[in-house]
Amino acid sequence: MIYLDLFLGFLKVGFFAFGGAYAAIPFIREVVLSYGWLSDETITYIIAVSESTPGPIMVNMATYVGSTKAGVLGSIIATFAVVLPAFLIIIFIMFVFKALIKNECFKAVLGGLQSCVIGVIAATGVYMTYKNVFFSKSSGIFAFDSKTALFTLALIILYIAARKLMKKGFSPIYFIIASAAAGMLVYA
Amino acid sequence: MSIILELFFTFFKIGLFTFGGGYAMISIIEYTCVEKKKWITDDEMVNMTVIAESTPGPIAINCATYVGFKQKGFFGAVAATLGMILPSFVIIFIISMFLDDFLEITFVASAFKGIKAAVGILIVDAAIKMFKKMKKTTLSFTITACAFILLLIFDVFAVNVSSVFLMIAAAVAGLSVYLVGKARKGGVGK
Repeated sequence: MIYLDLFLGFLKVGFFAFGGAYAAIPFIREVVLSYGWLSDETITYIIAVSESTPGPIMVNMATYVGSTKAGVLGSIIATFAVVLPAFLIIIFIMFVFKALIKNECFKAVLGGLQSCVIGVIAATGVYMTYKNVFFSKSSGIFAFDSKTALFTLALIILYIAARKLMKKGFSPIYFIIASAAAGMLVYA
Repeated sequence: MSIILELFFTFFKIGLFTFGGGYAMISIIEYTCVEKKKWITDDEMVNMTVIAESTPGPIAINCATYVGFKQKGFFGAVAATLGMILPSFVIIFIISMFLDDFLEITFVASAFKGIKAAVGILIVDAAIKMFKKMKKTTLSFTITACAFILLLIFDVFAVNVSSVFLMIAAAVAGLSVYLVGKARKGGVGK
């Protein structure tokens, strides 16, 4: 039954996909291919769409597969299944967390994790910028794009200036809107 | 406005603007939940990121569930998570019907090219903000630097190593240094 398959398949994706969107892609691919829901080519398209639309790739992928395989109900079931493990695990952790937070060993572990996560986030940001500028074609072959390099540099300057000027804090949402407008002007 | 509705609409707004994966959203969550709404503190923000990173599932969902649950228990968690998912669900559902035509539109493609450049900057800035707030010891600084350099090397040379392994190594390092330090202190005390 397709509904049950969708539920179990995406429950698996949601449960095993650790460590952010990019780390999750290989696992999503494995599940989606094994059920024969998508071809490798369609997966690439959906990753591109996911990157260009709001929302986590995992959730986007579930909605897309559910919708194309079994309509509205299918997309609801697949999306629900992919989110469920994360939801339940966080609630479970929050019950345990209160007791754990005072434990010295746990604090030491958390300290190590905190420092690591900062490095991981920074590296992801730097790598995404690097890939966008030096591998501008989606084929993965080296292709330096001077227009994108200048565009990125201009955005960095704009971002720093905006943050200095606005003392009350500067919402990233405005920055995204501004960059979309600038993108239309520069690339269209 | 009831807190349940406020959670729903706040995360709906965050969900609508979460381009480029979980890390991009961290800067938006930080601004909304810490600076503006004061739902969680700076420390909690970092802890939440750590929990989100070390548990399965999309980071955006982990964060929404965490903040929602903290504010209003189970139903708060449901409201925040639903709000977070709804925009992308509706958008992808519509796109699934017109995927091929969608990417052909020059106008759309150009806007997304601009957004792609912005996302990297936002992510780096989120990390810088967290780094400034981190308690800086030799250990924490070393772990951050190692994680940054190693992950960058993995990414650039397309080595398929999950960041989960870096997290596990960092946890072990944190715990070992603490235990060794404690054992030494214990020795001096006698």
